[in-house]
Amino acid sequence: MPLWLELLVRVVGVVAAFLVLPLVVGQAEHKVMAHMQGRLGPMYAGGFHGWAQLIADGVKFVQKEDVTPREADRAVFRLAPVVALVPYLLALLVIPLGPNDLVGQPLDIGLFFVLAVVGVGVVAVLMSAWASANKYSLLGGIRGAAQLLGYELPLVLAAASVAMAAGTLSLPGIVEAWQPWWLLWQAPAMVVFFVAGLAEIRRPPFDMPIADSELVFGYMTEYTGLRFAFFLLAEYVGIVVIAALTTVLFLGGWQGPFGDEYLGWLWTLIKVFVVSFVIIWFRVTYPRLREDQLQRLCWLVLVPVALGQLVLTVGVKLALA
Amino acid sequence: MSIPGEGLAKGLAVTLKTMTRRSHTQQYPDVAPELPPRSRGVIALLAENCTVCMLCARECPDWCIYIDSHKEEVAVPGAARPRQRNVLDRFDIDFSLCMYCGICIEVCPFDALYWSPEFEYAEYDIRDLLHDKEHLGEWMATVPPPPAHDPNGEPAKEEAAARKAAAPPATDQPSSGPPNARRRPGSGSRTDEEPP
Repeated sequence: MPLWLELLVRVVGVVAAFLVLPLVVGQAEHKVMAHMQGRLGPMYAGGFHGWAQLIADGVKFVQKEDVTPREADRAVFRLAPVVALVPYLLALLVIPLGPNDLVGQPLDIGLFFVLAVVGVGVVAVLMSAWASANKYSLLGGIRGAAQLLGYELPLVLAAASVAMAAGTLSLPGIVEAWQPWWLLWQAPAMVVFFVAGLAEIRRPPFDMPIADSELVFGYMTEYTGLRFAFFLLAEYVGIVVIAALTTVLFLGGWQGPFGDEYLGWLWTLIKVFVVSFVIIWFRVTYPRLREDQLQRLCWLVLVPVALGQLVLTVGVKLALA
Repeated sequence: MSIPGEGLAKGLAVTLKTMTRRSHTQQYPDVAPELPPRSRGVIALLAENCTVCMLCARECPDWCIYIDSHKEEVAVPGAARPRQRNVLDRFDIDFSLCMYCGICIEVCPFDALYWSPEFEYAEYDIRDLLHDKEHLGEWMATVPPPPAHDPNGEPAKEEAAARKAAAPPATDQPSSGPPNARRRPGSGSRTDEEPP
């Protein structure tokens, strides 16, 4: 296969995953949340149990007027949704789906790259918040900045633990080194990573920057139409990325009960969807944390646990060596 | 002694359990709702029973019943003189005013008005909510049979009266209740006092 064709196939594959997986997760959220609340959720769009609801939503968003407030910083305001969306697309590029280079772009420092790129999200939050010229947006943005900067630390520490255990920063390398007993060994890191990941993508119960009952819609208050849709899409891609990262780092990625060689992609997808389900489940179950509770959870619980896990990882690693 | 995180786990269990149960959503336009007995949807008129006594129109709290009639002489063969009879010309209920209190149905001494559970008669023009005699008569087809008597409830007054008439005059029958329980309060006595 010539280089350009391979490149094309990989890019198209990543873009397809980028467009399809969030829709599937979003639809699952509609239905799962509805049934967890004793409702049915969308039932009409598309005919069968509202399967086309998100497509209909997308069409609606495209039709809406794209409003930029007069006082807003136009360029920054218009750029922010793209800045929110692109990092997740880049993150999907290096997350392995299966063995034998079934990945958008194999990267030796994949873990480092993913964490760095996901961290760009805070810039989008600040950009949209400050450029909106709206008090609610600004409050939401400042909350978001405090939250994202705070939770970056346990996220990175937990990821560092598993990287240390595997002895590599390459995501496929981590999956190859992974063994089932790591589920126990790395359990605290997994919990910390998952919770910090939830906060990182601003999902309930960590949606203080959005907090619709207090801040209208936080940093997204002034957005309409397609730009607002981009923010929503970023949220769902965020779910996919965090679920995929949790899968790759802590749940063994493509390693399944049998047929890893051929069914690896399936195991990865199943695990991603299970983790996504848990993310939705958490959203339905727990109320939003207060701002001080959020910071307390981060600095007094997650960071110490992540540091303890690092010590444990080093200890076990040295004992095994 | 509570385990830390017990409440969090309990919350997750509740939502998961709810997800496995059937949802409570009524899929109304697709599936007709199961209305309880004696549902108050629309008022039906059995015009043959109406004697134009005007009780319903008078008792209506918001005056939404309009009745017109004329007198007709009926010559009964063999009678000394012809009788007069009220003929109903117009019987309209304005459902834009009606508050569904059901007083007209309660007061009707001749069972000319009934509750029907039909409720889908919204209109684009408020004037179309004035249902005339024919329209009200069409609702009669949708009036359900009265619900069965509650086996644990008091027996119907007709039943009690019939049993009393059939039974030999006994003194030791306290179960027939107080004497005024046989008559519905307000209905029987009131009609007797009304002028024709």
